[in-house]
Amino acid sequence: MVRGRYRVVHYLNQFFAQIGGEEKAGIPPQVKKGAVGPGIPLQQALGDEGEIVATVVCGDNYFGENIEAAAEAVVDLVAPHRPDVFVAGPAFNAGRYGIACGAACTAVMKRLGVPVVTAMYEENPGVELYRKEVFMIPAPRSVQGMRETIPKLAGFVRKLGLGQPIGLPQVDGYLPRGVRVHAFVERTGAQRAVDMLLAKLKGEAFQTEYPMPTFERIPPSPAIKELSAATIALVTTGGIVPRGNPDRIEAASASKFAAYSIAGTDDLTADAYQTCHGGYDPVYANEDPDRVLPLDAARALEKGGIIGRLHGEYYVTVGNATSVANAQRFGKAIGERLLAAGVDGVILTST
Amino acid sequence: MPVVHVASIVPISVTVGANRIVPAVAIPHPLGNPALPERDERELRLRLVEKGLRALQTDVEQQTVFDG
Amino acid sequence: MRLELGTIKIRDVQFGETTRIENGVLYVSKSELIALALRDPRLAVADVELARPGESVRIIPVKDVIEPRIKADGTEGYYPGMAGGMRTAGSGRTNVLRGTTVLTVGRIVGYQEGFVDMTGPAAAYSPFSDANNVVLILQPVDGLPEHAHEEAVRLAGLRAAAYLGEASRGVVPDEVQVYELGEAIDPTLPRVAYVYPLLSQGLLHDTYLYGADAKSLLPTLIHPNEPLDGAIVSGNCVSACDKHTTYHHLNNPVIEELYRRHGSELNFVGVVVTNLNVTLADKERSSGYAAKLVKLLGADGAVITKEGFGNPDADVMMLCKKIEDYGIRTVLITDEFAGRDGSSQSLADTVPQADAVVSVGNANAVITLPPMDRIIGDLRPAEVIAGGFVGSVAADGVLSVEIQAIMGSTCQLGLGKLTAQGH
Repeated sequence: MVRGRYRVVHYLNQFFAQIGGEEKAGIPPQVKKGAVGPGIPLQQALGDEGEIVATVVCGDNYFGENIEAAAEAVVDLVAPHRPDVFVAGPAFNAGRYGIACGAACTAVMKRLGVPVVTAMYEENPGVELYRKEVFMIPAPRSVQGMRETIPKLAGFVRKLGLGQPIGLPQVDGYLPRGVRVHAFVERTGAQRAVDMLLAKLKGEAFQTEYPMPTFERIPPSPAIKELSAATIALVTTGGIVPRGNPDRIEAASASKFAAYSIAGTDDLTADAYQTCHGGYDPVYANEDPDRVLPLDAARALEKGGIIGRLHGEYYVTVGNATSVANAQRFGKAIGERLLAAGVDGVILTST
Repeated sequence: MPVVHVASIVPISVTVGANRIVPAVAIPHPLGNPALPERDERELRLRLVEKGLRALQTDVEQQTVFDG
Repeated sequence: MRLELGTIKIRDVQFGETTRIENGVLYVSKSELIALALRDPRLAVADVELARPGESVRIIPVKDVIEPRIKADGTEGYYPGMAGGMRTAGSGRTNVLRGTTVLTVGRIVGYQEGFVDMTGPAAAYSPFSDANNVVLILQPVDGLPEHAHEEAVRLAGLRAAAYLGEASRGVVPDEVQVYELGEAIDPTLPRVAYVYPLLSQGLLHDTYLYGADAKSLLPTLIHPNEPLDGAIVSGNCVSACDKHTTYHHLNNPVIEELYRRHGSELNFVGVVVTNLNVTLADKERSSGYAAKLVKLLGADGAVITKEGFGNPDADVMMLCKKIEDYGIRTVLITDEFAGRDGSSQSLADTVPQADAVVSVGNANAVITLPPMDRIIGDLRPAEVIAGGFVGSVAADGVLSVEIQAIMGSTCQLGLGKLTAQGH
């Protein structure tokens, strides 16, 4: 059987597809046969091995105004061409275009299971939004960078088209997606540690296996003006739950949070509550759960008129090996509920 | 809506971005101290919660540890 | 101090009338081992099963793993201050049964025990899938308080391992490895210290140095031979992936590696043992004290390991910063908790000085495992141990868990070859 050329579908915006400029940015998704615009040098770079069978085009504004629907429409146009690879851009620093490329790639990958790649400037907003899921070749800021980007993009398309495995970002030339992936290597951790230390001591180049992460900063919320009129809620990551852990919050890597009513409860006692957190000695929390979720103190302050009201529920999860992504999800959801319930401030306790 | 983080390991709270922080007693009993008689422990807990409430009533521009 | 580890390679383990070693096979008297365990009135039931590499066996829930060893000079027991007479560890001849371990099994915490698969995809993640394992399954008497339960199981494992080690008497070792720092080391070699934090956070989170609870330690100097000869014992059940089992302390790979290069590439100047306590004040005190000891050793560089994760990240970052502040360069060995998709921040604390980090893998990564023909212990805890979740155990016995639940999968002493890379 003669090995056929792998099939590629290319995505472009209205400008690179040579339909028009800003005045055409509202055009809906449409398809053209073969390669168009930058697709032509891209096809040249792919040579005989791969064929750009179609080019899907969409106006940047059309896409930006309804990203999900536009992405779906693009997928509908891509599907009949049965591509082996989907490639979008390069978008350089064009923000709407970069977002469209990222969204189109994600949709094609998810719905059609086709490998995808795009190219854009590192600061294009599309990078932040889609880098985790979509391979992105770094491109210069301006369209002058087309000449140097096309061969790199073609090289990656080729790897995908031939089904070759994609390696580390620094090896295969794509933007790190911020995803940690396992590998078994030749040398043990201890060996690598001593290797690294000796290199560091000798002033030789070395590469850390884990660059220190950064965490998002949120601007502080304004203070409560009138505490005696305020509703305060208690939230904990210390795993204090009703005895028996009815919602089965996990002892580690919690996949959920829960809310429990404290209406009419002045004190958390050992017979009614327990900790389900697997990361600390549970003895003290089980003896007196107030040590982690200070209900008795909060209730006393409510009764004394210091705070206006103690919110009728408390929220709990387990902060043991909880991923930051999940913690953010829980935090957002809990925050939304508390806001909707008219809570003015939160005491969050952690173990 | 302001949030005050009552936690023992303040450096972690700072690293992950809490804006209002009240240092707590110890990991297994942040708002307690089993070595104290019950009444003293409840007093300790009340003081910590009050400190937390003061933090919620204080405007801050950057991450702030409420220690005093 | 000169330590000789005389290793006897065990290639198989079988039950036998008497406990003995013949042609590299360890024969185990089940009845004697059970009787030994039940000498502790706190234990009600004891059983023994064997698991060999490649067998379709899943061992769960596991508390500790211990290597059978004894002192060749007849000293009783092996763990000074814990399960054996007090002695200074680290000199003389020690017999080691290599290729076999004792695992203590039976539900203690429900949260932090782990498992070992002797075959299949999980086998690559644990050093114990390669060993001929003697599994001690223990149940406590009814109503035994948790502290007593933990201690009874800990001691039973240590005693069982020493009992098996006794089989080495009169057997010529296959290899003798000598551990000696020597004198007159080339003064131009970089001076390297090892900072060795031990988990010390309370019930089921404790470690022992000569039987002393690490919670109450001030950081201290030890000779590298001491952990290699029974000075440090695990009493903890922090997540299976990165707790140091007693086996790990006995075979500390950082000490082994620094020894290997001692005199040729570096001067291994010593080991500083420190703890990982639960208050900020203790963390600040211990990290400052340990950093000062590293400075007193005249080290140019230090390797810093970690046990557990989360709040211990703060300790390790303090150690890193304070040691670097002395002008001493550091490297850290840590695992990661980057979430199941690998895209979350992997550590709870950071310092800019931590610019040389070895990663031993993302403990949140989920693995799907086929059922095994035989379960030693009880499969049900898989849903509640750290790394497990509701639905971890499918009806057909397929197990989906984070590698967090596999014994030793991301041990931060760097025994394994697993790492995580940024993609």
